[in-house]
Amino acid sequence: MSEKIKDYRGEALKSADFKEGRVPTEKCRPKAKFAWSAGIAIGRFLEELKKGKIIASTCSKCGRIMVPPRIYCENCFKPTDGWKYVKDTGTINTYSVSYLAADASRLKEPILVAIIDLDGASKNMGLIHKLGEVDKDEIKFGMKVKAVWKPKEERVGAITDIKYFKPIKEATP
Amino acid sequence: MSEVAIVGVGCVGFQPILPELSYKELMYEAAVKAYEDAGVDPRKDVDVFITCAEDYLEGFSIFDEFVPDQLGAVLRPLFTVSGDGLLGLANAYMLIKTGHFDTVVLEAHSKASDLLTLMDVIAFALDPVLNRPLGGHPYYVAGMEMNRYLHDTCATVEQCAQVVVKNRKNACGNPYAAYGANMTLDQVLCSDMYFYPLKKLEISTPADGCVVMVLASEKVAEKLTDKPVWVKGVGWCTETPNLETKDWSKSVDTRLAAEMAYKTAKIHNPRKEVDLAEVNDLFAYKELQHMEALKLCACGEAGKLTEEGVTARNGELPVNPSGGLLGMGYGLEASGMEKLLEVVLQLRSEAGRRQIRDAEIGLAHAWRGIPTTTGIVAVLSNNK
Repeated sequence: MSEKIKDYRGEALKSADFKEGRVPTEKCRPKAKFAWSAGIAIGRFLEELKKGKIIASTCSKCGRIMVPPRIYCENCFKPTDGWKYVKDTGTINTYSVSYLAADASRLKEPILVAIIDLDGASKNMGLIHKLGEVDKDEIKFGMKVKAVWKPKEERVGAITDIKYFKPIKEATP
Repeated sequence: MSEVAIVGVGCVGFQPILPELSYKELMYEAAVKAYEDAGVDPRKDVDVFITCAEDYLEGFSIFDEFVPDQLGAVLRPLFTVSGDGLLGLANAYMLIKTGHFDTVVLEAHSKASDLLTLMDVIAFALDPVLNRPLGGHPYYVAGMEMNRYLHDTCATVEQCAQVVVKNRKNACGNPYAAYGANMTLDQVLCSDMYFYPLKKLEISTPADGCVVMVLASEKVAEKLTDKPVWVKGVGWCTETPNLETKDWSKSVDTRLAAEMAYKTAKIHNPRKEVDLAEVNDLFAYKELQHMEALKLCACGEAGKLTEEGVTARNGELPVNPSGGLLGMGYGLEASGMEKLLEVVLQLRSEAGRRQIRDAEIGLAHAWRGIPTTTGIVAVLSNNK
């Protein structure tokens, strides 16, 4: 605001002017609905989640065991050669603590998110998922974790068939 | 400056729905075909990748980011053109013309079946304050345009219906077409009135599919193939977003886009020089209106030529021998690529039973559909 101008002509708008319709506005909520075909690779992946298993696809050229699976190896640009189950255990690659929801409101309970490199898959291959049964201050890089699955009858073939990953307690000698 | 050639094409679809493949898998299969056709390894031989997609039609924000893996473009230069595939062609053409890039990959696809509320999304392109609150289906815009076009040109509803009969029949000979059919004029004329005077069967039906092409500079093209198809000129133009003020009779944007492309391609008499034209026919009357805008005939003459069979596959000026969007299906942002694919196949003499003898110069045209006023034109030739 310029210091020289002390008095502005007209009237400042208040939020009540919008609420009470004194300022014309047009509101519209888009109706956009999608149903993406999962396809060959992710379709199989979701079917296996329903059975409580995690499946990868393999490339015979570079030898990678890739999860989530795909029908092509993006590095070699060739079709994948087969399927291979990987374990539902893995290692924390990186993590964060999300204190906010998507609308920027503060969550009562923060969400613990992590990249989990799965055992049996190639390096830097795994899932992004939530962590549970762990305090945020206890999470560490390289921590071993294991999937906690929903009960069989509740699984629908979705990434949320895994509730979260929890730390594997080291056996005490 | 180097000439620019299309050296490889790959297509999957078009089919009413392709539920077995994800959009990534669909793109991968088309890409594999195009690279095989061109004889290139995308991991080594391609300088830039271009994909043509609109976020709202995909259901993803920043769709570019979901593209590299399935095209062999991981850790390589890539960008998205938010528009029709032919606009991507214009970008590929310019990149090669700079002399800095020799090989460019171009991709566009339609997974219309993934979009459950396609018409609501199209309606969302209408002006939110002035037009959308009036309600109704967005294709009433086409009804109004057809009405004014018929009024001004004296083209008849029978001539419009003839476009449908011709294109659906042409599609019977095209393995990439979703909606080939033998229909009678009466079937079209008696189909339900949807947006007066536009009838149900005069509206293209969406389809799923993907087209990938490899473009190359002269030096690379001549090493790769003995059948390069040269891009002789491209042009594009947008009129105005205001439905209140746009020209309702003529396609002004297509006219200017055509003039731009013809100038570069040194086409002086399109009617005589163009051997086949693949023209946007999202609605049947649009083929007629676009033919006139493209100077393939005089204003008001397109309907008569269609009636006389001049635009049939074996006519003097074949228009949409592929079957057009009416016969192949409306491929959203891949619509222009459907046209381009047919021109390439024709100019390579690989169009099978659709082949037009001695075709040397072909035209591909795209319009971005309701409610846009954007036209794109490409002129191609098998002679450098």
